[in-house]
Amino acid sequence: MSSGEAIPEQAGRPEDITAVPVRRPGRWVLAAIVLVVAVAIVRSVVTNPNFQWGVVGEYLFDGRILHGLRVTIELTVIAMGIGILLGVLLAIMRLSPNWLVSSASSFYIWFFRGTPVLVQLLFWYNIAALYPKIGLGIPFGPAFIHADANTLITPFAAAILGLGLNEGAYMAEIVRAGIISVDPGQADAAQSLGMTRLQTMRRIVLPQAMRVIIPPTGNETISMLKTSSLASVIVVTELLYASQLIYSVNFKTIPLLIAASFWYIVCTSVLYVGQYYLERYYGRGARDRGATPLQRIRAGLLSVRHQPSQ
Amino acid sequence: MTPPMVKAEAVHKRFGRLEVLKGVSLEVAAGEVMCLLGPSGSGKSTLLRCINHLEKINSGRLSVDGELVGYRQVGEKLHELREGEVARKRSQIGMVFQHFNLFPHMTALDNVTCAPMRVKNESRDGAEARARELLDQVGLGDKVDAYPSQLSGGQQQRVAIARALAMEPKLMLFDEPTSALDPELVGDVLAAMQQLARDGMTMIVVTHEMGFAREVADTVVFMDAGVVVESGKPADVLSDPRHERTRAFLSKVL
Repeated sequence: MSSGEAIPEQAGRPEDITAVPVRRPGRWVLAAIVLVVAVAIVRSVVTNPNFQWGVVGEYLFDGRILHGLRVTIELTVIAMGIGILLGVLLAIMRLSPNWLVSSASSFYIWFFRGTPVLVQLLFWYNIAALYPKIGLGIPFGPAFIHADANTLITPFAAAILGLGLNEGAYMAEIVRAGIISVDPGQADAAQSLGMTRLQTMRRIVLPQAMRVIIPPTGNETISMLKTSSLASVIVVTELLYASQLIYSVNFKTIPLLIAASFWYIVCTSVLYVGQYYLERYYGRGARDRGATPLQRIRAGLLSVRHQPSQ
Repeated sequence: MTPPMVKAEAVHKRFGRLEVLKGVSLEVAAGEVMCLLGPSGSGKSTLLRCINHLEKINSGRLSVDGELVGYRQVGEKLHELREGEVARKRSQIGMVFQHFNLFPHMTALDNVTCAPMRVKNESRDGAEARARELLDQVGLGDKVDAYPSQLSGGQQQRVAIARALAMEPKLMLFDEPTSALDPELVGDVLAAMQQLARDGMTMIVVTHEMGFAREVADTVVFMDAGVVVESGKPADVLSDPRHERTRAFLSKVL
């Protein structure tokens, strides 16, 4: 400062404002309506005997249901794995300067996004009608290994193929969006340091693209968990079909559908938490991330425990 | 006689129909500091990007340390270099960007060790020891664990300089290294560059910092509309420009 004048200090802080708040009667009316509706729903869920909560509890941990749950998780994990790998590959292909490579990727995405998954699943299930024998060999030449399509493509394999290949098309667009969201200057910097295109993609571009890729991928995984129930139409005994098999015999339709829904919700909740931590991991360096809910609870417990000694 | 570190002969570069470089010729000797001046759009940055083959030139000859950039000459014919060879040559040329382009998902230390470890396969211990030394040199010894978002622009740019130096380049290219900085942060970056020049590094600097050009540069080159208008010692070009266009430009920036 050039001048030596000091700014006169305030004598004291002015009083905090205490004003009469605006009345919001609409809010109160709305709250009352929500409350009434909520109570009505809970009451009917508890008192309506048709829910047959006892039966739900009976079947929740039934061996067949748990086996169905396992198949559902397997389907989700494998199909999503195929989808992600395929998606990364297709996205990189689509961004390739080679015209043929990028068109092949575009064509794949166009085709698999353009047809319903249910139809694709039925196609794979009936693949034997199209190609009774599947062989491995020289293109247009002799084949070395032959297999019967019906034994090779089991219902489970058909479900994996249908769900995974379809997912690849969607993941490709998600990954591509992530890659082009990264500043091109990052690739310039990496290449100026002597990294090859592959190293640049793997070490610099993809880790940054992850921040954009993860949230929609979480969505896709949750959606896949539920879409896998479509495999019930091609006799894969996943969660839904397992419960359908039971209620087709004992006609306790609603309780078994509730049991299935319960497990779907448990799985999606687990995925939701997983996504939160994954996003945090890939958000490093982006901003101050703060504590996780778990860390906050632990910190809270510690401070409570320490208080008496202070 | 040793060949010049950089030699450009009638270099042309087009982006579609737009001709950005229209026959640029210049030489930079080993250990020389050259400042490229000129209005925006004159092709200075493009020339830098051509020197480490981030852009391909359309005609002319461009060589670094006696070797053609991006090609190998066999008889009369030019053969394109494979990607690995281009990458290896780039690794010997450091580049500093206007917008720093630090890797935001890595700490300052990891930014500096990344290329030595991945490109030169150095051990982590060796790379880290050297990275700490370099960060210390640019005055950021206490910021090794900071992420770029936690650093000021000037600090980020100095990490970027350390990152480029970690590859032990024989040539450093600076593309308007202080243009994106707040005025009070420019000094530290220029000081780091000046120290580098004193240590004998060959440098090509695109800049609008006339003070830096006058004090540090051995040669000043003025470019306009894709050609070199004039070049010479900073005292001559900056104080007594011969061309009207140079005079007009300098009267605006000084």
